Amino acid sequence: MAQAALRRFSGEALIEEAGPTGMVTLRGTLRSGAILSAVQGAVGLRVPEVRRAESGPRGSVLWMSPDELMLICEAGEAAGIAAGITERLAGEHFLALDLSSARSRFRISGAGAREVLAKGAPVDLAPRAFGPGDLRRTRLGSVAVAFWCTGPDMFELICFRSVADHVYEWLCLAARPGGRVHLY
Amino acid sequence: MSRFRVPGRGRVNPDRPVTFRFDGRPVQGCEGDTVASALLANGIHLMGRSFKYHRPRGAVAAGSEEPNALINTRRGPGRAEPNTRATMQEIWPGLEARPQNCWPRLSFDLGAVNDRAYMLFSAGFYYKTFMWPRSFWDKLYEPVIRAAAGLGVSPSEEDPDTYASRYLHTDVLVVGAGPAGLAAARTAAEAGLRVVLVDEHAEAGGTLLSEPQARIAGLPAWDWLTAELAALKALGVRVMTRTTAIGYYHQNMIGLCQRLTDHLAELPADTPRERMWRLRAARVVLAQGALEKPLVFDGNDRPGVMLAGAAQTYLHRFGVRVGDRPVILTSHDSAWHAAFDLQDAGAKVAAIVDTRAAPPAALAGEAQARGIRVLAGFTATATSGRLRVRSVRVHPVSAGTVGAGEEIACDCLLMSGGWTPSLHLFSHTKGSLAWDEDRTTFLPADTPEDCVIAGAGRGLWGIAATLADGAEKGAEVAASLGRGASAPALPVEGDRTGSGTSHTELATDRSPSRARAFVDFQNDVTAKDLRLAVREGMRSIEHVKRYTTNGMATDQGKMSNINGLNIAADALGRAQPKVGLTTFRPPYTPTSFGAFAGYHRGGHFEVTRRTAIDPLAEAAGAVFEPVGQWRRARYFPRPGEDMDTAVARECRATRTAIGMFDASTLGKIEVVGPDAVEFMNRMYTNPWTKLQPGRCRYGLLLGDDGFIRDDGVIGRLAHDRFHVTTTTGGAARVLNMMEDYLQTEWPELDVWLTSTTEQWSTIALNGPRVAELLRPLVEGVTLTEEAFPHMSVAECTVAGMPARLFRVSFTGETGFEVNVPAPMGPALWQRLAEAGAPLGLTPYGTEAMHVMRAEKGYIIVGQDTDGTVTPADAGLTWAVGKAKPDFVGKRGLARPDLTAPGRRQLVGLLTEDGTTLLEEGAQIVLDPAQPVPMKMVGHVTSAYRSEAAGRPIALALVEGGHGRMGETVHIPMPDRTIAATITGCVFHDPENTRLKLAAPGGDA
Amino acid sequence: MLLIHCPYCDETLPELEFAHAGEAHVARPENPSAQSDAEWEEFLFIRRNVKGPHYERWRHTHGCGRFFNAVRDTVSDRFLATYPAGAPRPSLASLTGESE
Repeated sequence: MAQAALRRFSGEALIEEAGPTGMVTLRGTLRSGAILSAVQGAVGLRVPEVRRAESGPRGSVLWMSPDELMLICEAGEAAGIAAGITERLAGEHFLALDLSSARSRFRISGAGAREVLAKGAPVDLAPRAFGPGDLRRTRLGSVAVAFWCTGPDMFELICFRSVADHVYEWLCLAARPGGRVHLY
Repeated sequence: MSRFRVPGRGRVNPDRPVTFRFDGRPVQGCEGDTVASALLANGIHLMGRSFKYHRPRGAVAAGSEEPNALINTRRGPGRAEPNTRATMQEIWPGLEARPQNCWPRLSFDLGAVNDRAYMLFSAGFYYKTFMWPRSFWDKLYEPVIRAAAGLGVSPSEEDPDTYASRYLHTDVLVVGAGPAGLAAARTAAEAGLRVVLVDEHAEAGGTLLSEPQARIAGLPAWDWLTAELAALKALGVRVMTRTTAIGYYHQNMIGLCQRLTDHLAELPADTPRERMWRLRAARVVLAQGALEKPLVFDGNDRPGVMLAGAAQTYLHRFGVRVGDRPVILTSHDSAWHAAFDLQDAGAKVAAIVDTRAAPPAALAGEAQARGIRVLAGFTATATSGRLRVRSVRVHPVSAGTVGAGEEIACDCLLMSGGWTPSLHLFSHTKGSLAWDEDRTTFLPADTPEDCVIAGAGRGLWGIAATLADGAEKGAEVAASLGRGASAPALPVEGDRTGSGTSHTELATDRSPSRARAFVDFQNDVTAKDLRLAVREGMRSIEHVKRYTTNGMATDQGKMSNINGLNIAADALGRAQPKVGLTTFRPPYTPTSFGAFAGYHRGGHFEVTRRTAIDPLAEAAGAVFEPVGQWRRARYFPRPGEDMDTAVARECRATRTAIGMFDASTLGKIEVVGPDAVEFMNRMYTNPWTKLQPGRCRYGLLLGDDGFIRDDGVIGRLAHDRFHVTTTTGGAARVLNMMEDYLQTEWPELDVWLTSTTEQWSTIALNGPRVAELLRPLVEGVTLTEEAFPHMSVAECTVAGMPARLFRVSFTGETGFEVNVPAPMGPALWQRLAEAGAPLGLTPYGTEAMHVMRAEKGYIIVGQDTDGTVTPADAGLTWAVGKAKPDFVGKRGLARPDLTAPGRRQLVGLLTEDGTTLLEEGAQIVLDPAQPVPMKMVGHVTSAYRSEAAGRPIALALVEGGHGRMGETVHIPMPDRTIAATITGCVFHDPENTRLKLAAPGGDA
Repeated sequence: MLLIHCPYCDETLPELEFAHAGEAHVARPENPSAQSDAEWEEFLFIRRNVKGPHYERWRHTHGCGRFFNAVRDTVSDRFLATYPAGAPRPSLASLTGESE
């Protein structure tokens, strides 16, 4: 099916559907040398610290749990990255799975971006508490999400695909003009 | 200028008149007025009728504690708010305010007949009056009571407003922007902390707004306030007015309801009406001040009888003289200043009546200087006046004896029974209270929260004391957060400190049984009611509260609880601290449903999960049903078809040609690792070791109690990899259970679990012609009975898309499930629909799926099981690997109760007339002639019309059912009793001949 | 809403992200089939229902997904400690400063 035009809403913040994204779930012993070099080889990034995301020109690596990372890459690259890691880590106890289709990704940016997220997530979004590279898996309204800060007022968010419409509409509702209280 | 407006007083803007409507008539006030202050400026004290007796009532307070002056505010359809406090609602041009609890009008209310019959309506009258006969309750008593009861009328139209909500994290939250709160906020902010300061009123200042005479740090109070607010702003303090802290929840989570538009004439575009803040503060300073207590005496509820402090607020903040000829009735020094200020504002104070024999000489001297008559050591025993107080009867009290009475004419009676700290939020923290004998009130003691109380909220009195205390508490919280802070002392002139005494009912010369001395104005509870409750055996204050309803109105007993306690304690002959105080509960003031709902309304009321194929089903006109959070296509009606017709057609097409079904909602879990097979052996009942890669098996999951939790087909993709499917509703639960055992019981197993539910679109294809459809589309697998038998799985491509292909069936027909990456699902669905059209392919929904699986006796966990069903009960013993040393539930299955005879077992049911469809959930009995209550032996779990069986079919759980084949049972319904025969669970193709795959080129 | 320290995320987070998972330190027996009916009943059903400090399990469901153990005072609802699954239970004396 032809890719539908990506949705976009400009209000107190800019809400953008990111469209097809490569996502590889990597389970393993995160501090092991094998994983570190596999991640480095796959996207050219370090393994992030707890609740952090690393980003670079080839993608991002998200800390998801003590034994789980998510590699974000171009849509077409995920299968190859998963296969490459699987090859490289042969003999280790790990799992690399291309789950690109399981989740949807959004960008939230602009001066109101922090406030939009603060409407639904029980997270201290003050810049001094949540800055570039910080990541949280939490809830936005009633939905499980993960979001991370990619710049001063720029965030990316992922959620399961089945709730993507709900999350997109929720973000637009939260970004509707007039809602800002200039918290941050 | 309105008759009672005092030129040069107040913070309202006399140059900006505002006209609104009250009780149908236009009323003029000023910008800055509340409904109550504007009405009082026009000499209108009668603002409402009471709840039970419909007695005429006026505003008794000037803040959110107001129990009487409740109005319905309205601005167009859907925008009506009942039970609004006239003392809090700001006026705007065009505001329509209506009094409540009166018909046909406020000044003549038929419901007031209740007042004449008040002897009937004493405490507990509902319990006593409507006891008998029982049958009268539903048809007579309840409808009549319901019609008469209820406070205000809810709007019936949809609310057009929007409501916002958000989280906020801060270092310090200060509740209350009076002198203590302002000082605390200033000190904490100067220490470098993030501070939020909230106040429920339209402007910050608290008591300073009512005490312009004071000078702080050399400035008039109001100038100091302006400068202080500017300083707070410069320090980055977020000051939010019209914002009520409605509840104090665990670990400094405070709910704040901010009212954004209720005070505006024009609704700004894109502005929510209210915003709910879920605020988490490292420290909380409660600076909510104190509330004035009424005095309890006969006729204390007449319009024109109000709190002296309220009169002060009306005068100083709103420039309104509440009367021309006030009488002050007090047991506390503070009310004397109301007399002085009103006298100075042009009123002629008829008398200051103090219950104390010797009020402070300084005050008496000041009264004398103003020529005000002082009656010390007096009581009040009655008031007169129908819609407004006209006089008060006062008597000297000497050594407990009430002397001769005197009637003093007045147009308002200003009372003060002293002050009590506002303890509501503190009480929400489960904070303990300590009785203070000097002030005869409870003061806050210990709390488990990181919270301090400042100012009048802990019994301090006067601006100097509360300012100093606020600054000190601000420094204290700063220090506790590791910040140094100084608490500067501010000199205050013109401060009004004072003290007083506390009473139960005022002494009277009349029979107490005739007295209408109100304690709880909103619920019409009198002192007599409280004493009656004690006489009738209520000993706990909680019982007294519920029997009398004292403190149970929407004002949460803000004015009544301490007076109620004093009287109950007196009646019980116990000290107040021994009696204790009832619990204040959130919200602090009534809060709209909209504020709580926030964004959760309309399409966002709850989350709806949609499959990738969902838009195609919608375009095809599918009727949907919710399954868990998912919405699933239930059936695809063609024009003119009802559900039964559509479902029958969908079943027929599947059994004769091909049915196509969106099964994407099935839970999917990837189980991977060297110990994957061991993990599966331990989790599921079935043996997995010998299952070859490329093969599938029906898996049954139990709890350790032995009861069925979930089921699904599980494919072994590789030696170390399984593709587990779960029920739609069980997906998250099963993964949670697997993670639980893996993480906490068997951490030694090298296994990874990952949910892949959302990764795949799953399309189920069933029917005799399905191989014809798939063979040209599938690459990488040969679709023959030999190469890809029933219960196989393979990775391949379907229509050029990477796929996991399962050969499984939930219908009894030859079946496949094609999994492709989720976004490809719609393209595959369309491709299959096109390719299958010549073969008779028909999409079907969950209803046809239910029918077809029931025809085959396949259970649905959660419908045919209920958490107490074992594999044996469900006829699934074959799925239990008895040779395995252990699996979750194995030991549970050996429990005596799970092997005892007489368990409810899953059977088929056929109604004996061959045409009646049973109702799911209907109860089953063996003997229909037995007396009621009958012994129920089971219930119907599934029931459908089945074309394949040629009659309605049902599944049921029946005691000892497996041993009752062929027996007749009975299903009693409201209108008849249905007889049915117990059968096996399979109604169609019991030999499973239809699962076979037709050879290529062969007939279907 | 409670605040709970996730020992894996090393952050104190709102209850909204967590799910309660029953009493802690109720280990599933090594060989359940060797258990008597009474022992198995004890394992399956018998819980302490403590008033005061209580060892219990939580899962950071909407976060890292890890199960962990906690000591919560059921009277005050305060968490006295959280610690990873499998770690030994901390002594109450060390948490409350009182003797058990």
